[in-house]
Amino acid sequence: MKLPNLLDLSWSRVFAVFLKELVQMRRDRPTFAIMIMMPIMQLVLFGFAINTDPRHLPAVVEMREDGPMARAFLASLHASSFIDIVAVARTSDEAEQMIRSGRATYLISIPEGFERRLVRGERPQILIAADASDPVAASGAIGAIERIAQSAFAPEFQGPLSYLQQAPPPYEIVVHRRYNPAGVSAFNIVPALLGVILTMTMVMITSIALTRETERGTMENLLATPVRPLEVMIGKTTPYIGVGAIQVAIVLIVAMLLFRIPFTGSFLAFLLAVTLFIFANLMLGYLISTAARTQMQAMQMTFFIFLPSILLSGFMFPFRAMPGWAQAIGEALPITHFLRIVREVVLKGAGLGDILNDLWPLAVILLALGSLALMRFRQTLD
Amino acid sequence: MTDELVIDVRGLTKSYGGRKVVDNFDLSVPRGAIYGFLGPNGSGKTTTIRMVCGLLKPESGSGEVLGFDVLNESPKIKERVGYMTQKFSLYEDLSIRENLEFIARLYGLDDRAGRVDRALEDLGLSERQAQLAGKLSGGWKQRLALAACMIHEPEVLLLDEPTAGVDPKARRDFWDAIRRYSAQGVTTLVSTHYMDEAVQCDSIAYIAYGKKLIDAPTANIPKQIGLHAWRIAGRPLLKAQEMLEASPGVDLVARFGAEIHACAKDAAALESAVRAVKQAQPHVEIAPIEAGFEEIFIYLMSGAMDNFQ
Repeated sequence: MKLPNLLDLSWSRVFAVFLKELVQMRRDRPTFAIMIMMPIMQLVLFGFAINTDPRHLPAVVEMREDGPMARAFLASLHASSFIDIVAVARTSDEAEQMIRSGRATYLISIPEGFERRLVRGERPQILIAADASDPVAASGAIGAIERIAQSAFAPEFQGPLSYLQQAPPPYEIVVHRRYNPAGVSAFNIVPALLGVILTMTMVMITSIALTRETERGTMENLLATPVRPLEVMIGKTTPYIGVGAIQVAIVLIVAMLLFRIPFTGSFLAFLLAVTLFIFANLMLGYLISTAARTQMQAMQMTFFIFLPSILLSGFMFPFRAMPGWAQAIGEALPITHFLRIVREVVLKGAGLGDILNDLWPLAVILLALGSLALMRFRQTLD
Repeated sequence: MTDELVIDVRGLTKSYGGRKVVDNFDLSVPRGAIYGFLGPNGSGKTTTIRMVCGLLKPESGSGEVLGFDVLNESPKIKERVGYMTQKFSLYEDLSIRENLEFIARLYGLDDRAGRVDRALEDLGLSERQAQLAGKLSGGWKQRLALAACMIHEPEVLLLDEPTAGVDPKARRDFWDAIRRYSAQGVTTLVSTHYMDEAVQCDSIAYIAYGKKLIDAPTANIPKQIGLHAWRIAGRPLLKAQEMLEASPGVDLVARFGAEIHACAKDAAALESAVRAVKQAQPHVEIAPIEAGFEEIFIYLMSGAMDNFQ
């Protein structure tokens, strides 16, 4: 007796549909490629780039004294993998500038007369100023620096200086958290969220702009008129500048009223940066829309951009703690530069002069994306 | 009608994936003419029209439209040509009026509101100007598309199967409009699948497998093809039809109600095939007839012209 087919399923029909989907999937190469690339990319990013135990954070050492003790400490710092000494400054201005511009996460300062006062048992201070605008990066290596000091000085406290082998140690490590003394995560996250929100919406909306015309067949009509590629590009992206401006206003208001985030820097510098950033994102989206053939593909490509924008930009994880190749990818993303600017301006009180270092890469990226998008715009249906 | 050539292209060639879709195509269309563009599906009509208006770059060949070079001066051609795509390609989420105003703006026209008003009136769309284009029926979409490609008063109309899927009444109205434009000196190149439309054209270019096989004034076409025909009548006819279709000497077997028209270029081969049928099926009546435009049209559209020329 044949078993009753309760579901009344025809497996041959199921198979027919399955086969058809398989063929369609194979035909849609870009979507298929992204389905393959996505997990590989995520694995690589999460596996290597993301380091919740940040190492190799850049530090600037301010040496007010050059004695054997100080040099021993400096040598240990050099040998450590927790921090990378990017500069040894002789003046405090130089060191201050580096931490403000973000080139250094730590400023380690050895005061004048450190060795003399150490020997006298006056407990001199080693000052560590940490850029706490990124609390994760700041807290990570502070403990490490204390251990580095211990092991650096231990061999020195021998013979006649053995009396210094004491607890508490004969020196004091003082940590200053700069820019976000309380280590409030929101201070770091909220201004940066502006970058993420703008990337998400601006890129996604414009990525569909041309694709929709192609998909609906209206592109053929548009191309048959005298309209030029640049005209289409400007006309199609301009409405979204307004959308971006509204988003910026909303985020700023919420950041100030709800999260009590102080806006310490130059508003003009901020406006300039946010304008460049919105344009760069619009161009990125437009570039996608010249490449994607369907709206579905455009969405997928947007996510392809969005993932590294979150993971490799310094939004989620300390940028300086990422391996070199990941930093290189990050430097090519508009959001990376925008995040630095927005943190510098909002939290560190930076002005226009302080953000030039990240403003010009943003302008270069914008120019490159814009020209590429224009070049890719096909004025024929070929 | 003057002898001035509005469309004059030579040797246009385009291939996709190694297959020549349009092969060495020549076309000369004088001012004010209505030129019919016939051919089976996939024969390269759309590709040719797109090359003429600058939407596709030909691999080789040259030519002028309104005296402008098709390879290098397509912006100038686009300003003076109205192109109506096979598929409706206006914005379904804009109203009829918004669509026309958008197109008018792209062409930088003066007196935009006036032009749009007149275009709406000409095509009988004034009443429905606020309606979304996507909500229109096929025939109305067709009218809108024609209005859109006429708004800048082009000298040349390129119409790619403009009446596909449109009811006969709407088709007749559409052709009346084209005739009116033609009388004003507008040159029209129109591709079609319908015989009643083909006979309205002054001249016909027939293309199959990317090659132009016929290019002649419509009235001369039957003579030029030289098709011979026989009528086979009587019941039943199925067996006779099968026999004719299997005969190598018969190029076309077309059913017209209760009779069959068998056509071929080779008169002797056709006659012997038809007589063989009469012998096997004595109940049918056979008689030679003149091949009309109807037979020729079916003959052309069936792609039976493979080996022609």
